[in-house]
Amino acid sequence: MRRSVGDLDRRGRAWYVDKAVAGLVFIGGISAIVFIIGIFVFITREGWTFVFGTLDFGEFFTSIEWRPTSENDPTYGALALIAGTASVTGLAMLVAVPFSLGAAIFIAEFATGRTREALKVLVELLAAIPSVVWGFIGLAIMNPLIIDLFDVPIGLGVLNSGIILGLMAAPIMTTIAEDALKAVPDGYREAAEAMGATKWQVIRQVVLPAGKNGLMAAVLLGVGRGFGETMAVLMASGHSINLPTSPFDSVRALTATIAAELGDAPRGMEHYQALFTLGIFLFIVTFCINLAADIAVRGVRKG
Amino acid sequence: MVTPDPTAAPSATSDVKLSVRNLTISYGEEAILRDVSLDVREHEIFGIIGPAGSGKTSFLRSLNRMDEVSDTMSVEGSVLFSGRDIHEVRNVYNLRQRIGVVFPLPVGLPLTIYENVALSPRLRGIRDKSTLDETVERCLTRAALWDEVKDRLDALGSLLSGGQQQRLTIARALSQDPELLLLDEFSIAVDPVTTMRIEDVLRDLKQEVTIIMVTNLVQQARRLADRTAFFLNGKLVEVGETEELFTGSVQDQRTRDYVEGRFG
Ligand SMILES: Nc1ncnc2c1ncn2[C@@H]1O[C@H](COP(=O)(O)OP(=O)(O)OP(=O)(O)O)[C@@H](O)[C@H]1O
Ligand SMILES: [Mg+2]
Repeated sequence: MRRSVGDLDRRGRAWYVDKAVAGLVFIGGISAIVFIIGIFVFITREGWTFVFGTLDFGEFFTSIEWRPTSENDPTYGALALIAGTASVTGLAMLVAVPFSLGAAIFIAEFATGRTREALKVLVELLAAIPSVVWGFIGLAIMNPLIIDLFDVPIGLGVLNSGIILGLMAAPIMTTIAEDALKAVPDGYREAAEAMGATKWQVIRQVVLPAGKNGLMAAVLLGVGRGFGETMAVLMASGHSINLPTSPFDSVRALTATIAAELGDAPRGMEHYQALFTLGIFLFIVTFCINLAADIAVRGVRKG
Repeated sequence: MVTPDPTAAPSATSDVKLSVRNLTISYGEEAILRDVSLDVREHEIFGIIGPAGSGKTSFLRSLNRMDEVSDTMSVEGSVLFSGRDIHEVRNVYNLRQRIGVVFPLPVGLPLTIYENVALSPRLRGIRDKSTLDETVERCLTRAALWDEVKDRLDALGSLLSGGQQQRLTIARALSQDPELLLLDEFSIAVDPVTTMRIEDVLRDLKQEVTIIMVTNLVQQARRLADRTAFFLNGKLVEVGETEELFTGSVQDQRTRDYVEGRFG
């Protein structure tokens, strides 16, 4: 059958579907970006005048005096809050990194068939537990446990909230780390195994180095999660302002401060704006962490 | 040491490197290679030819027990390597170290050129830097790659050209100090000039190593192999002196048809 020259200009169904899908995806992508920018604009607008007017940066980063409600001399030292968030997140990573890496290696490299599928479902279920439930576990189970085990007066603090946050972040980190390991081509494993490498040597010498960018991203996203988590930390940390010197010290996190105080801070007042400043700070930190994770993943695709 | 049993029937075991008996390979329920028996002599290049899907790669995989890595592949029959039944050796990792493998598409590990070649000695616990340096240089030289890469040993192996990567995997296989070298269509990604260089390397190598070479190029088998086996549809059709298959008398007319390209 001969085709007519006009065929070259006729646009069929597939052509229109393709254009429509491209359009929809574009709108979806753009609106996500617009939302993020919108959020950033909103929180900066609320904190703006405060940041460049009243706020003393030296005080903000070096003082532990967070007394925004003081009648005659309010102070806005966020050091203790930053230290609270950092210490809890740090401990959480000490808990979550070995757990999630171990679990990811087991699921990706050792488990097969049914076991593998079952474990993956289980990890996803764990990732879906709401943070208030984790906070409840911290209050109701970990608190008395820590009091009993270490013979301390109160079990809420860095240790409790760090462990809770670690367990909370571990499942999502496991899933990402497992994806990173699965992305390592099987040819690498076979080549190393054919050389006489043991299973562990294959993992240690070939799979982990090949997947290191993805593993890095998993850890960074875990850190981001830890920084941003509010409810569980509010419940398990004891919520008192402290520069922690021991794991049993009670601390207050940046996020928990905002959640607890924003309701009482009159809109537009200094206290309200100070809380938004904390928000800006958090936003910048988590943005940087996510950016780092993204760059790490990009490294995966290039390597 | 085992003293030879004087009552045993005289056999050629002394110069047989690999003795395969009644080997059957299956994937799941389906046998894809049936009842193969053949001997590979010490210091020969043993060619394997046959059309796609005839079971050549699977045969090579069974020789260093790589079937155990796969869920579906299973092997029956016996394979004696230097007189030892490979299915009875207790440390399969040491067995695999003595058998170098070169895959059809070069699998450069995600490591630098240096690390690719130093991996095997490292796995065996060699840490001494100067020993490693010496091994890397020796193996890259043997694989006819040293001059091209000596100034960029720290570059990623995957950045090399296809032909260079293939020689890198040969160097990596040599770094195992293998007694047996399995080559699976090594020239698939290599230009003719480099192929000739590698073929020269292999001719040299057979002073020290026994080589089994799977190839789709019958002329390559003719150039290199001392003896050649012809696989067809999951069966070993015949084994013989290579020249014999091309010009002498063949047991099976199909062999002659295949080597002369009159097939199917
Ligand atoms: N992992 C596997 N699972 C199931 N069947 C397989 C697997 N690998 C190979 N086979 C089958 O076994 C048969 C032999 O395959 P093999 O790779 O050994 O052939 P080959 O002779 O090396 O072919 P080629 O020249 O194309 O490389 C083929 O029919 C193939 O479909
Ligand atoms: Mg093959």
